[in-house]
Amino acid sequence: MAQAELAHGGHEEHQTTTGLSHKKLLMWAFLGSDCMFFGSLIATYLVYKNRSLGGPLPEDVFDILTTSTSTFVLLMSSMSMVLAYSALTRGNMNGFRIWLLSTCIMGATFLGFQVFEFNEFVNHEVHFECSHLEDLTKFERTFADRCDGTVDEVFIEHAGLTPRTNLFGTTFFVLTGFHGGHVTLGVIWLLAMFFYSLRKGGITPAKHEEVDLAALYWHFVDIVWIIIFTVIYLFGVFPGF
Amino acid sequence: MTTLGIPIPKRPIHPTGVWDWLTTIDHKKIGVLYGVTAFFLFLTGGVEALWMRVQLMGPEADFVTPEVYNQLFTMHATTMIFLGVMPMGAAFFNFLIPLQIGARDVAFPRLNAFSYWTFLAGALILKFSWFMGGAPNAGWFGYAPITGIEYNPGNGIDFWILSLQVLGIASLAAALNFIVTIINMRAPGMSLMRMPLFTWMSFVTAFLLILAFPVITVALIELMFDRFYGTNFFVTSAGANPLLWQHLFWVFGHPEVYILILPAMGIVSEILPTFSKKPLFGYPVIVLSGVVIGFMGWMVWAHHMFTVGLGPVANSVFAVTTMAIAIPTGVKIFSWIGTMWGGSISFKTPMMFAIGFIALFIIGGLSGVMHSSAASDAQQQDTYFIVAHIHYVLFGGAIFAIFGGIYYWFPKMTGKFLGEKLGQLNFWLMFIGMNVTFFPMHFLGLDGMPRRVYTYSEGMGWDYWNLVATVGSVVLALGVLVFLHNFFKTLISGEEAPGDPWDGRTLEWSIPSPPPHYNFVQIPTVSDIDDWWHRKREDDSSLAPVAGSSEDEHDIHLPDPSYWPLVTAVGLFIGAYGLLYTLNIGTFTGFPLFAIVGGSITLVGITAWSLEPVNEPDSDH
Amino acid sequence: MANANETSNHTNVDTGHPTKATYFAVAMLLVVLTAIEVGIFYIESLGHGIIPILAILSGAKFALVVMFYMHLRYDAKLLTWLFLAGFFLAITVVFALLGLFHFFI
Ligand SMILES: [Cu+2]
Repeated sequence: MAQAELAHGGHEEHQTTTGLSHKKLLMWAFLGSDCMFFGSLIATYLVYKNRSLGGPLPEDVFDILTTSTSTFVLLMSSMSMVLAYSALTRGNMNGFRIWLLSTCIMGATFLGFQVFEFNEFVNHEVHFECSHLEDLTKFERTFADRCDGTVDEVFIEHAGLTPRTNLFGTTFFVLTGFHGGHVTLGVIWLLAMFFYSLRKGGITPAKHEEVDLAALYWHFVDIVWIIIFTVIYLFGVFPGF
Repeated sequence: MTTLGIPIPKRPIHPTGVWDWLTTIDHKKIGVLYGVTAFFLFLTGGVEALWMRVQLMGPEADFVTPEVYNQLFTMHATTMIFLGVMPMGAAFFNFLIPLQIGARDVAFPRLNAFSYWTFLAGALILKFSWFMGGAPNAGWFGYAPITGIEYNPGNGIDFWILSLQVLGIASLAAALNFIVTIINMRAPGMSLMRMPLFTWMSFVTAFLLILAFPVITVALIELMFDRFYGTNFFVTSAGANPLLWQHLFWVFGHPEVYILILPAMGIVSEILPTFSKKPLFGYPVIVLSGVVIGFMGWMVWAHHMFTVGLGPVANSVFAVTTMAIAIPTGVKIFSWIGTMWGGSISFKTPMMFAIGFIALFIIGGLSGVMHSSAASDAQQQDTYFIVAHIHYVLFGGAIFAIFGGIYYWFPKMTGKFLGEKLGQLNFWLMFIGMNVTFFPMHFLGLDGMPRRVYTYSEGMGWDYWNLVATVGSVVLALGVLVFLHNFFKTLISGEEAPGDPWDGRTLEWSIPSPPPHYNFVQIPTVSDIDDWWHRKREDDSSLAPVAGSSEDEHDIHLPDPSYWPLVTAVGLFIGAYGLLYTLNIGTFTGFPLFAIVGGSITLVGITAWSLEPVNEPDSDH
Repeated sequence: MANANETSNHTNVDTGHPTKATYFAVAMLLVVLTAIEVGIFYIESLGHGIIPILAILSGAKFALVVMFYMHLRYDAKLLTWLFLAGFFLAITVVFALLGLFHFFI
């Protein structure tokens, strides 16, 4: 707690003690609180890592290249958000609207990737050739004894991952699902801002703080994903972690 | 706001009667709403407790069934913690913080109203469970897997989860609001180290709230998903470890204990100097120890889990940190005693409760240090010894401080004194009743009587002290009845109180009682700790609080009332039930119609609220 | 915006915002760091050494966004403290829980 900064009190001509706006303080305190929310979810995921009794496991379902792409999209949406805000503060309303809308579109794209990914996981199939058993994952190997000796036999079986399948499914879907929920709320918020900005006087450079608050939330969702991408996806496939 | 296309009621500008209370965003009225609601809920929790004491009066009683008994202890604890002590603390936050820091309202008045209505929604969800197929029955810490669908198929746990989630939203909103208020709305010159102690302790509490509640939120989400959607968070047959629930719960649960007690410590720190006619002894030290307690509260949670087999290293670490937390607590107690030392003490009712707080809290603190030792705790875990400890700190501590606070600030809130004679009677009945009820529980616990068991057999040697405890609880209940009598009697024919009846020290005493809706005609400039007290000594002409004239009043702009916070909270109320009561329409099994309706109401509420200006442009303010 | 934080905050709140070029440079850095992360991921010879490298890289990304896009670098220090209180507490609780569940040994 920053007693040192606060201890001097405020000037009389200021509305607030610290000179900062109420809403901005509220937002940052809330984001600090939200860190505890995602921290608890990530802790749950990690505590249960490698404790699932059956598959599929991260190495069976994760596709790092797909997720890297969606991560890229989300990072770029942060850039376009910051450009929207910057355009607004310089009074460039059209620039503001364009960048804001493109942020929404990229956010929606990220969500599309997530839906695609969840769908892939739910419909996951174990797929291997009985002549190449050496590169199988641990989970796939549990099916290896179904190869009954016929050369070149291709083994395919549906083994989807749902929140009910195992501890990995439970913790993964709930963690990333709540992140997706945060993104969805963000998209709705930004879209509302976009439509509001079409109204005369709805959003003006003087009201830039309203946009700043939404932007802070949006970037926060982005940094949570930065952590999820590394800790859940990259570490998830890494053998021995 | 008329663009929604549906005819909606006009925004109330000068509402009266019920409409006034439903739309108010005045922090003082919201404080009163919190206080009255929480006190009523506190009484319901008390009835649940008495019910249990009747059942335990003698061996092998069958006043209630084991199942009802399980519901009683779960509801008693959940009620007292989340619907009694916490919101009574919130009542004081609301009423006092803006007055103590010299502000006209909180930073977000409508969010404040939303907090209250959401709290009420959560309270109703929990309490209605009695009439909707059974209350929760797994204890207030709801250990998995007893709370899992497999062992607990009824709806009680669902109500418990939903209620705590809704209450969590209310607490989070309120805590964020008070953090911003305290950081940003202090009167000129009111530096942090000049803030009244109650405001300081509330500040620390608010930080604990915003950081601790997300953890229980996540734990409850996980439990809810297990119950509603068949996930595996706490399903041991899928490899889950039920200890995860215990950890998440207590990561929240221990800070929660300080959320309950820190405001109480703040109240006591206000009462003691006033009635000792001395400044608080060691103000910076009390502030610092409060902050340290808030900080260390995060490092001790596993002392609730000494017997689950965490291993010697973890047990030792948590034992040491727990013992260490007694140091800042002891510092506070010495400072309070130092405040009284050599003062000219007036033993009015608020002071009696404050002194009672110190005495009882010391006993509770000492038994707490006893089970901070992991080896000793192994003997005490889940016995009545723990029940005795928690009641000494939460009843002898928090509740006594709250009663002291009510007697102390009642004149400020209503302009009338609570009766002093009845007050003394109230104190002594509660003090004696409390000790007769809870002290024997130490003996029962050390004699091995387990908690949460609906009866015991004859010949265990527990009959006598159980009977004593039940008699004590009747005395305690009489004390509360005397308070209620005093309360209503005062409202009807109480003695009028001036603005500064106790020769107070802090800013709330510098304005008339009850305070005008704008609080301060002119925002004061603060130059000292206990500024009002010093000003009284320096300048005789301002000895009495001054009321503003009607011309001054005209220049003060306050936000207009709004009903959108209420609408938003109603949406949450419906939505929470909607997660439980789904419909089977056609092929949609489990269609969450009510959740969608509730969610939509909330969304409309939030939207309309954020588009609504703080003041209507055409209002005559 | 002459406020109480001036002593500890040399850059003024409103004028200190970075230029579009800065925003773009940060974005490029974020992309490059992510590319390095994914690239390193496929180098099998690193073994367990990959863990600290990835942790540092993603920490850098996190810091870049917070400092520039969320402009904490240019804002009052108080906001940083509000956020870091929650952030560091969350990190501590996560690691404590992992330790208690024998994640490391
Ligand atoms: Cu504890």
